[in-house]
Amino acid sequence: MLGQILSRLATAVPSVIGVVIVTFMLTRLLPGDPAAYFAGLAATPQAIAEIRGKLGLDKSLPEQFIVYVGDLLSGNLGTSLSTGQPVVTEIATRLPASAELTLVALIVSAGIAIPLGVLAAVKQGSWIDHLCRVVTTAGVSLPVFFTGLLFAYVFYYLLQIAPAPTGRLDIFVSPPTHITGFYLIDSALTGNGEAFWGSLRQLALPASAMAIFSLAPLARMTRGSMLSVLGSDFIRTARASGLAPRTVVFTYAFRNAVLPVITTLGMVFSFLLGANVLVETVFAWPGIGLYAVNALITSDYAPVQGFVLTMAVLYITLNLIIDVVYGLVDPRVRLDT
Amino acid sequence: MLPLLRHARYVLSENPVTAFAFGLFAMFLLAAILGPLIAPFDPLATNTSLALKPPSAAHWFGTDQLGRDIFSRVLVATRIDLTIAFASVILAFLLGAVSGVAAGYFGGWSDRIVGRLADTIMAFPLFVLAMGIVAALGNTVTNIVIATAIINFPLYARVARAEANIRRDVGFVEAARLSGNGEARVLFGHILPNIMPIMMVQMSLTMGYAILNAAGLSFIGLGVRPPAPEWGIMVAEGANFIQSGEWWIALFPGATLMLAVFCFNLLGDGLRDIIDPRKRT
Repeated sequence: MLGQILSRLATAVPSVIGVVIVTFMLTRLLPGDPAAYFAGLAATPQAIAEIRGKLGLDKSLPEQFIVYVGDLLSGNLGTSLSTGQPVVTEIATRLPASAELTLVALIVSAGIAIPLGVLAAVKQGSWIDHLCRVVTTAGVSLPVFFTGLLFAYVFYYLLQIAPAPTGRLDIFVSPPTHITGFYLIDSALTGNGEAFWGSLRQLALPASAMAIFSLAPLARMTRGSMLSVLGSDFIRTARASGLAPRTVVFTYAFRNAVLPVITTLGMVFSFLLGANVLVETVFAWPGIGLYAVNALITSDYAPVQGFVLTMAVLYITLNLIIDVVYGLVDPRVRLDT
Repeated sequence: MLPLLRHARYVLSENPVTAFAFGLFAMFLLAAILGPLIAPFDPLATNTSLALKPPSAAHWFGTDQLGRDIFSRVLVATRIDLTIAFASVILAFLLGAVSGVAAGYFGGWSDRIVGRLADTIMAFPLFVLAMGIVAALGNTVTNIVIATAIINFPLYARVARAEANIRRDVGFVEAARLSGNGEARVLFGHILPNIMPIMMVQMSLTMGYAILNAAGLSFIGLGVRPPAPEWGIMVAEGANFIQSGEWWIALFPGATLMLAVFCFNLLGDGLRDIIDPRKRT
């Protein structure tokens, strides 16, 4: 098992190298003078020259690359111009907010999509099957920033049951003691009911908007793989042996059908991490997506570069975890290696 | 060609949803071509005395904070949104089909390079990579097209590679090679035309995603700049008024955007049914 995890880790190495090369190249692709970009719009020629020296832009490309990798290894992602803070600390303090939002969205999405897909496959051709098809086609067509706005209008302005769509917590509620940075977990650990309820209410709208967007691939894959498993011989045999329909569907069929669904999670994460940026913008969510968008507006490039790199590394890590989980769920994969 | 058309007519009559999608597509195409001509108002003309008026007989979709007619703006924006999507999909197709076909046909180092390139792009969350590319190349519409094409490239390259790979030793390719055609001619004159139907399906399936991606980028302030009408920007402008209850500014461009993406997704599924009856849903 350990050997298998290690070999999976090894397959991620080329991806990480590729990602580092691409993010390095992105800065060097800047039209005109990268130093001028890094210096910002209102920089004097001296400031630009100073930054060029500081960034090592007067060196050759391979040398610059080595310096860049060295910086990365020592955890240096540069400094934001607008806030003057190191990018790495800003991203680290904002990451829990984004991670909490994304994970809650994933849980909501999987919690709806998987039962929906299973039911659609078991009752093929029924109203729930049609509902599944409508939801999956409509879900991918909905621009996530538009759904978010619609939710804010309906639930905050019209029905007045949701809190104002700004941030992780109402300004009158003090945030829970910092332990993990996840407000839900921190407030639960410290028994802070007010903060728990408050952050859950703030999370509801943005997480649902993201969940609807990412629901489609999961529901479609669950339905498809359940259908093919339900049509296979061993299910027919299980049915013929007189097993209860419930046992056939959940114990026999679902456990086999869930494997391709786990693989689809990789794509779902790609959707979610992208949607994250847009939803954070709509709901003024203080995560890394909003940080990058604000930096983009002010042409502050270092945070954007740090953000792209963080997201890519996060995504590779998530895919790695999915691979390992796949191995845990499917004993055949373990036997193969 | 004729049997394909007959088959298409059969599928359309069997599948009203696909026929509906084709109708919707024709409408969007018309709006893109004629939009500026048939718009009832100048999409850029401001009139502060008419600012923030809800939908009425004169202004079907209401007016925005500067008194501009939202219906006209949504209509005129169709052209830029569809142009970005079409251009990026065609660019992705050109890059992906040529390199993918070559990788699948020749194998070896060309296969490894294309595969590694596609894997590296796929290692990023795609929207995030598009953001990074536009931020690096500069904030213009052309760069939105390039970024959208790059993130769609792996899909095309993989499909083209797989399809070319299974065809490299089949009868008609051997025959073409034996009659003295060069490798390039076999590749682009014989293999590529045969995988075109599959690539067309891929193109219509990625159109919806390309529109969403471009609108998302302009929503966060990349690409098209105000006051130019574009669906993503219009939603972003409307976002400031949602909390005070002026819903129409964001709703109409957002709903149009949704309808366009929906149309292309249905169209892609429909085209796949016409071309590949086995995958019919």
